[in-house]
Amino acid sequence: MLGKKWIVAAALGSLLTAGHALAADKKVIAVSIPAADHGWTAGVVYHAQTAAKEINAAFPDVNVIVKTSPSASEQVSAIEDLSASSKIDALVILPYSSEELTEPVKAIKDKGTFVTVVDRGLTDPTIQSLYVAGDNIAVGKNTAKYMIDKLGGKGDVVVLRGIPTVIDDERIKGFQDAIKDTSIKVLDIQYAHWNSDEAFKLMQDYLAKYPHIDAVWANDDDMLLGVLEAVKESGRKDIKLALGGNGMKDIVKKVIDGDAMTPVETPYPPSMIKTAIYMTVANLVGQAPVRGTVKLDAPLITQANAKEYYFPDSPF
Amino acid sequence: MTVITGSTPVKPGREWNIGWTDIGPFLALLALLLIGFMVNPDFLSTTNLGNVITRSAFIAIIAVGATFVISSGGLDLSVGSMAAFITGITIMFMNTLAPGFGTWAIPAGMVVAIAAGLLCGLLNGLIVTIGKIEPFIATLGTMGIFRALITYMTDGGTIPIDRSLREAYRPVYFGSFVGIPIPILISIVVAAVASLILYKMKYGRRCAAVGANEDVARYSGISIVRTRTIAYVIQGVCVAIAAICYIPRLGAATPTTGLLWELQVITSVVIGGTALRGGKGHIWGTMAGAVILELIANLMVLSNFVSEYLVSGVQGVIIIIAMLIQRFSK
Repeated sequence: MLGKKWIVAAALGSLLTAGHALAADKKVIAVSIPAADHGWTAGVVYHAQTAAKEINAAFPDVNVIVKTSPSASEQVSAIEDLSASSKIDALVILPYSSEELTEPVKAIKDKGTFVTVVDRGLTDPTIQSLYVAGDNIAVGKNTAKYMIDKLGGKGDVVVLRGIPTVIDDERIKGFQDAIKDTSIKVLDIQYAHWNSDEAFKLMQDYLAKYPHIDAVWANDDDMLLGVLEAVKESGRKDIKLALGGNGMKDIVKKVIDGDAMTPVETPYPPSMIKTAIYMTVANLVGQAPVRGTVKLDAPLITQANAKEYYFPDSPF
Repeated sequence: MTVITGSTPVKPGREWNIGWTDIGPFLALLALLLIGFMVNPDFLSTTNLGNVITRSAFIAIIAVGATFVISSGGLDLSVGSMAAFITGITIMFMNTLAPGFGTWAIPAGMVVAIAAGLLCGLLNGLIVTIGKIEPFIATLGTMGIFRALITYMTDGGTIPIDRSLREAYRPVYFGSFVGIPIPILISIVVAAVASLILYKMKYGRRCAAVGANEDVARYSGISIVRTRTIAYVIQGVCVAIAAICYIPRLGAATPTTGLLWELQVITSVVIGGTALRGGKGHIWGTMAGAVILELIANLMVLSNFVSEYLVSGVQGVIIIIAMLIQRFSK
């Protein structure tokens, strides 16, 4: 009786290892990202899919699988399904929320998977093998520096902020810290929820409230679109600068074209997912160790370097 | 009292039955204008008021449709997503036609928008009436469907209108006729037609009857299914008209277009004096309600004493106070 069981077990075991050996021919990289629900996440999806296509073509023994999820709980299910159905060698994840994803990602890490976390960190940083993120403080700081420079250190500025989150707070903090010792005065700062329509309304109200505005900063490009439309419609000539942030293609195009009101842009590029996927692949196939934290800077995009940040085919 | 009612028939609009519910929203509007002027004299400048009323036009037009739906005892949560969806379809259609037909693509697109609105409204109506599903759940479902469709159509990004059409279409939002911005004119025409239907035609009375008491309406030989379905179709057409005015403003459809408009629409209808449980609808009150909502938001920015973190809280308090004043002044 016992013998029979052993034979079955041995047979099963050899089958499993055989299957495993087949799968091991290809290294599997799972990419888990939020589904596209606004401009920036649409950019993330686009860059993840482009990276997958490029890498699958360039490295025949690597298979990059991209999975999008519309909510945190569905992202948890997605990565559980991914790790259950096949052995994954690396997981690149842009978590929906830090708290909910930490435990499930840890479970995958414990199986020996290489984990790359992008943009939003997990609550336990020891889980990540590699962390790639943008710099929100620099987004605010670099925009402010350019504004100070361009306005000669003094002027009246209105600011539109997004949705109350860490991302928004950091951008605003970076901006406010940079202008602290200058004569730049922030006339007003209000939430417009990273939404063009709300930004349009808010900008109209700012224009009605303040007879003189030197510059506008919308901490995201979706909002900047609304701002520009409101300024254009008002026919006001006192506004010298209207700057955004994130790196939307329409705005980068303005920079390329040498727009007078929006001559520069600050990136918080959705292409960071592509950077992360490429680095993960380098670690897996090229034996180029990449463990650590990579903070992508937010250098000013000017006419000189705008091409590097211009993706005409991306939805964002 | 009898003397007064006896003298009213001389006036053309005798069914308009002027009462507190009718005047209430306009008094609130007046009070708001006064407070606004005290807070910041710029508030009453023609540019500011022009901006604010023009901005409220979309919500007002959609809310006119919602007055029919709510009056007939229904509810439509899908209007915001529907507006985004119709905006997307219209822009895509216009862009396809633009190379061959030039600016003729704009009127053609408008026809498509109305047709799409009609069908979306019909879909909502049939699910509610023939499918006999609670309006809240039925339209919650279509709200998700329309939102998903626009997200799918845009790949999560934006669908911008063709550059060649942009300038030609712009006046529909930014233009004016004898000094009045076009969206305001459109919303007034929509409201005028709607009040004609609601107050002067048989359908209007059926609508209120169905909303006030379904059983009594049925015994009087009114078709509940037909009345309610038509209300949803009217709602769909109103959403389409709003979308037509909306497109030239930013010239693009995005997955966040029309987000939470349904709540603003329902609030406008209720501030306007129409009961959420159905019954008599108040078209002009609804219009005032939409303007009040937009004015409150405008006032928050123009005043200096509300912290940016507390804006929506103060808005909520003002809305509730406005409703209480209406209730107790009756």
